[in-house]
Amino acid sequence: MHQGELLDDILDQYPEKPEYLIFLLQDIQSKYGYISQDSMGQACEHAGVPLTQGYSVATFYQSFRLDPSGEHDIRVCMGTACHLKGAQRIVDDLSRKLNIKSGETTQDLRYTLSTVNCVGACALAPVIVVDEEYKSGMTAKKMDKQLKIMENELTEDTKEQGNA
Amino acid sequence: MPDLNTATAIDLNQWHLKSEQDLIELQKRIIESTDPNRPEIVVCHGTGCLANASDKVSEALKAGLAKAGINAKVMPGIKKTGCQGFCSRGPLVLIRPQGLFYQQVKARDADEIIEKTLMRGEIVKRLLYKDPKTKKAIATEQEIPFYKLQKRVVLKNIGKIDPTDILDTISSGGYQALAKALTSMTPEQVVAEVEKSGLRGRGGAGFPAGRKWRSALTAIKKKGRPVYVVVNGDEGDPGAFMDRTIMEGDPHSVLEGLIIGAYALGAQNGYLYVRAEYPLAIKHLEKAMEQARCLGLLGENILNTGFSFDARINRGAGAFVCGESTALFTSIEGKPGNPRPKYVRSVEEGLWGRPTVLNNVETWANVPLIIRKGANWYSGLGVSNSTGTKVFSLVGKVNNVGLVEVPMGVPVSRIVEEIGGGVPGGAPFKAVQTGGPSGGCIPYSLKETPVDFDSLTKAGSMMGSGAMIVMDDSDCVVDVGRYFLRFLEEESCGKCLPCRLGLSRMREVLDRFSQGKGSEKEIDDLINLSQAIVDGALCALGSSAPNPVLTTIRYFKDEYLAHVQDQKCPAGVCKDLITYRIDEEKCTGCTACSKQCPSNCISGEKKKIHVIDASSCIKCGICKESCKFGAVLTV
Ligand SMILES: Cc1cc2nc3c(=O)[nH]c(=O)nc-3n(C[C@H](O)[C@H](O)[C@H](O)COP(=O)(O)O)c2cc1C
Ligand code: SF4
Ligand code: FES
Ligand code: FES
Repeated sequence: MHQGELLDDILDQYPEKPEYLIFLLQDIQSKYGYISQDSMGQACEHAGVPLTQGYSVATFYQSFRLDPSGEHDIRVCMGTACHLKGAQRIVDDLSRKLNIKSGETTQDLRYTLSTVNCVGACALAPVIVVDEEYKSGMTAKKMDKQLKIMENELTEDTKEQGNA
Repeated sequence: MPDLNTATAIDLNQWHLKSEQDLIELQKRIIESTDPNRPEIVVCHGTGCLANASDKVSEALKAGLAKAGINAKVMPGIKKTGCQGFCSRGPLVLIRPQGLFYQQVKARDADEIIEKTLMRGEIVKRLLYKDPKTKKAIATEQEIPFYKLQKRVVLKNIGKIDPTDILDTISSGGYQALAKALTSMTPEQVVAEVEKSGLRGRGGAGFPAGRKWRSALTAIKKKGRPVYVVVNGDEGDPGAFMDRTIMEGDPHSVLEGLIIGAYALGAQNGYLYVRAEYPLAIKHLEKAMEQARCLGLLGENILNTGFSFDARINRGAGAFVCGESTALFTSIEGKPGNPRPKYVRSVEEGLWGRPTVLNNVETWANVPLIIRKGANWYSGLGVSNSTGTKVFSLVGKVNNVGLVEVPMGVPVSRIVEEIGGGVPGGAPFKAVQTGGPSGGCIPYSLKETPVDFDSLTKAGSMMGSGAMIVMDDSDCVVDVGRYFLRFLEEESCGKCLPCRLGLSRMREVLDRFSQGKGSEKEIDDLINLSQAIVDGALCALGSSAPNPVLTTIRYFKDEYLAHVQDQKCPAGVCKDLITYRIDEEKCTGCTACSKQCPSNCISGEKKKIHVIDASSCIKCGICKESCKFGAVLTV
């Protein structure tokens, strides 16, 4: 997607020092949803570190992805409060419905499913976060509704693209 | 449109504070320019309330006010604050100056609040909190038991101030401790005051903060400067949100503490390491730093005293182990966060190999209080070996889920039963897990245990960072043990063998227990293996990991035996040991369960009793979740 694209606006913000490697990767990740080979190369070159260090950082920390992520990001809270209120049931349910495991993206690049630890809304457990929006007191039924909403949005999008 | 902001007419850019007097003058001006009788609507914008759409509530209030066109003189201000603590009752709206406390407010309640309360001075009764015991409605925050029984010192400003407006902080006395330290105390006196206060680190281990600072001074004598001060805002415990709330709701308290620490140690640079999932905390801290720089409270020549200090934020990238001091430092240096052996302590050789003082968010937030009110005042709170207060996130099977601050040394029962309102349904709690994945549980029989560093350790648990997870009879100790082990197994950095392999072995044993396999002897093996990990792991992630299992074996051995000897899970959690069944007396034939069942194994017509076919049931539990009548049982 952004292969070969210039990352200058991100690179320019940071001095050329190894300590800024994580900053660079975080900004790339948040702008593109993942770190492509090409941008990894540019980030490492800018920070002055070997590619191996770039990959060792990107694979050590959970927030980095090396593959494109889905259009919709679904994160299930697996914090302690949510665990006691059935978070595992919620992940299993989603896994079944999307036909992917946690950490994976659907083949059509629509959904990425992952887990996260306590998102700070324990009073509303079990909680999931869909594209930065919190959904509280999750149940299988609510999940169906949520998926339907996203499914509709997606078809609208494709329609628009088709018309354009 | 009339001005709805609560901020005063004071322009930040016109002020660059050059002395303590300037700061006090500014505070005076802010207070003078705010009309104490002007109504103020305070809407909680903490994570919990936001998740319940409190932003829609504040928008509706704003729109409603504009529409109602209240005379500009009494135009109320709308203030958005951090988490006010009582998250299970959110969204919360407070009306000042009366101090009315409205709970579970929806956007559609906005017009009624404006019409009745603001225009006619009446109370909207249905939005008041009702005491579940007395069934009486309570109008103000101070009278609600949840708040009345707390001692909010660190959290004092949260819920009162707008965290994005430094003037609000200054109006409530913010930065006066810094001014006092810089103008009338020597760095040595600051260190001595913190030592005398007895303040112990709030990040988990409870190391005395003053002693840490003193060792750093000794290290500096040997090695010279630079020295660094660092805030640990990684908050990795998966059931905790205290530090998050402090950073989001009162960022200046952390910053002020850090600057005071920097002055005491002669540091010119500081770092705030904040967990990746806390974007709002990062935003508020950034804004706080920017505003503090503008006023001359951070940066070059602070308050014209010649002391200069600045700090920057490092976002974590999702690794629990980076909360550990040496891992945190390597992460700031841009590398994978692997802990290193501590032959040399990090106060001597920390960040960039220099002397470094790392303290937790809440620890730093306590420092201004100590400097401003004195070590004697501070040590008067709490008990002798654990002074001050502690903030807990009270979650799980408890009525009043939220943030609670109490003096150290109050009994567990005070927090869980009196403040927390006990377990929903009224049964006694089973156990309270403190200290997260490194801690342990306190059973109901020990509910009078005082909550302080030493008493919790004696009971086999630990203070930890402050998560308190309440469990009831439907929670299984084997399952909770597996949960924490799985968490740590995933988070282990893999550098040392006892942790990397030991935790997986322990988890595998528990997996077998949860399937009804195993024997009493294996419980003993588990204890031995735990001891090996405690002795052999390099960092505290590994060496404290067996704690939850060890304490649950200590207090709930019967439950372990039920799994391995009788193939029963008394709490009805472990999938392999339970069967789902429908209670014929309670089933109304509503079909909710059969519609949701993913393996289509529930039969029965509408309004007729339903039956689960156990042979094709995958035990996902969705039927139980979807039944409104409690008719799905686990046996
Ligand atoms: C695996 C691990 C994770 C930790 N996570 C945190 C954390 O998230 N926040 C924190 O303040 N301390 C954490 N600590 C404790 C820190 O290592 C350190 O003791 C603490 O930040 C020192 O500050 P304090 O003395 O003010 O508590 C962790 C320790 C370990 C071993
Ligand atoms: S104890 Fe675990 S987390 Fe700590 S250094 Fe060893 S492997 Fe890494
Ligand atoms: S545990 Fe899920 S929000 Fe806290
Ligand atoms: S988020 Fe509003 S009370 Fe906690």
